Amino acid sequence: MAFHEISLTVNGSLEQVRVPSNLTLMRLLRESLALTGTKNGCSAGECGACTVLLNGEPVNSCMVLAVECDGAEVITVEGLASDGQLNPVQAAMMQAGGVQCGFCTPGMLISARALLDRNPDPGEDEISEALVGNLCRCTGYIRILESIKEAAKLQATRA
Amino acid sequence: MKPQTHPTLPEFDYIKPESLAEASQFLALHPDEARPFLGGTDIFVRMRDGFLVPKFLVDVKHLDGTDAIRFDPLVGLTIGAAVNMNRVIASPEVQKYYPLLAEACRSVASYQLRTRATIAGNLCNASPAGDTIGACLVLDGKLQIHGTACPRLETLSEFFLGPGKTTLKPGDIVTAVSLPVPPGGSAGTYLKLGRNKLSDLSIVGVTVLGSPAPSLPSGFRFRIALSSVAPIPLIAAEAEAALAEQAITSGSIHAAACLASEASTPIDDVRGSARYRKQMVRNLTEMALNQVWQKLQRQDAGR
Ligand SMILES: Cc1cc2nc3c(=O)[nH]c(=O)nc-3n(C[C@H](O)[C@H](O)[C@H](O)COP(=O)(O)OP(=O)(O)OC[C@H]3O[C@@H](n4cnc5c(N)ncnc54)[C@H](O)[C@@H]3O)c2cc1C
Ligand code: FES
Ligand code: FES
Repeated sequence: MAFHEISLTVNGSLEQVRVPSNLTLMRLLRESLALTGTKNGCSAGECGACTVLLNGEPVNSCMVLAVECDGAEVITVEGLASDGQLNPVQAAMMQAGGVQCGFCTPGMLISARALLDRNPDPGEDEISEALVGNLCRCTGYIRILESIKEAAKLQATRA
Repeated sequence: MKPQTHPTLPEFDYIKPESLAEASQFLALHPDEARPFLGGTDIFVRMRDGFLVPKFLVDVKHLDGTDAIRFDPLVGLTIGAAVNMNRVIASPEVQKYYPLLAEACRSVASYQLRTRATIAGNLCNASPAGDTIGACLVLDGKLQIHGTACPRLETLSEFFLGPGKTTLKPGDIVTAVSLPVPPGGSAGTYLKLGRNKLSDLSIVGVTVLGSPAPSLPSGFRFRIALSSVAPIPLIAAEAEAALAEQAITSGSIHAAACLASEASTPIDDVRGSARYRKQMVRNLTEMALNQVWQKLQRQDAGR
């Protein structure tokens, strides 16, 4: 199988790696770069636990080849906080109690971040629609939805 | 039962050609071993499930203008094959002139999957359940295809041959989907019945586009496409013809919905039985036609 030399920026730091054709972005992050915040729930694009930002847009990292990310910018849940301050989506998720086992949380946070980037003041329907691809087995979703409404407010006060 | 999906994709070589010519040539040289891909959201799943083991995956994104979406008020919309569905949904021209297409895209999977999924991939995958196929059919879509011979245009209504089967030959690469400007005053809807409200594949899907057509006896032209109820995405031609001929009433709408149901040849599967599907074709077609008819009348009253 072919290997490829690629470089990409992950959470702000430049990474140069050699990857086989069939390596997914998810496995590159978890297994080569030890960024295990990104979870593997289904490896089929269904659950959203592996969601990361690729050039600013959320993707299922289990459905993207690492080699396709040559030159790209990736943000994982580990890259959401900055200067020791939690991202508003993280702070609000803690505050609202949107986490139980936590397996879905990294993907939820990335989807929430992406939503607030494209719409800083989303309505209830827009929040639900943005989270269609993020499954949670524990919380029943209500507190997650609440947390995103709170995150929008928190973000507005920080700005 | 579906085999357990595996995090590891089977082995293959990733190929990133520099040009369409190089891509077509490579694909034509390896007819059984190489496959083109865009978002990979269909092909990766089938590879993980073991249904497909290509030796080469040829990345046809980033090639010669396939990444652009363009609108021309005379020619219509040209969606480059690599343009993902979220970009289509967000396009102001799509929202203004092709709201039906945006609605169909929005019904596909999830936001993050649509960052990768493309309309061209949805069409080439040729699943009878493909959610954007109906909209492209009723909007008279054409495919721009680059092959080893001259580039050509193919009419979408003649493109599908069976589940997963199309008229594409080895070396053929769809470079864009083009849609003419929809008839003035048209209105549409896509009704998708899934096992849940969002994100599942359809059990039955009904796409309807209606537009004023003074030359027809009824004064209106309706286009109807059905998904998940035949080996290929189906155009309900008899129902369309019936609605062209008689005045539009609740009775003629009901009769057309029955014709659509008769035209469907669904199967039993995990998402629903054939009998249920046939009944739902009738109910959803009637519902969709009524919705579109109401929109058309509202527009008429507002004029
Ligand atoms: C979790 C999940 C949920 C999904 N939900 C839906 C849904 O609700 N509705 C729906 O319709 N689909 C759904 N799909 C299927 C899939 O996402 C869509 O069909 C999508 O539009 C495929 O686009 P793609 O660019 O990813 O295609 P790819 O996987 O890249 O390609 C699809 C097929 O087309 C061929 N092909 C690709 N590009 C070209 C080209 N340029 N020229 C010629 N042939 C080409 C490939 O060889 C392959 O056979 C879902 C998939 C997943 C994983
Ligand atoms: S692990 Fe990628 S969507 Fe579930
Ligand atoms: S908190 Fe457990 S899956 Fe969401």
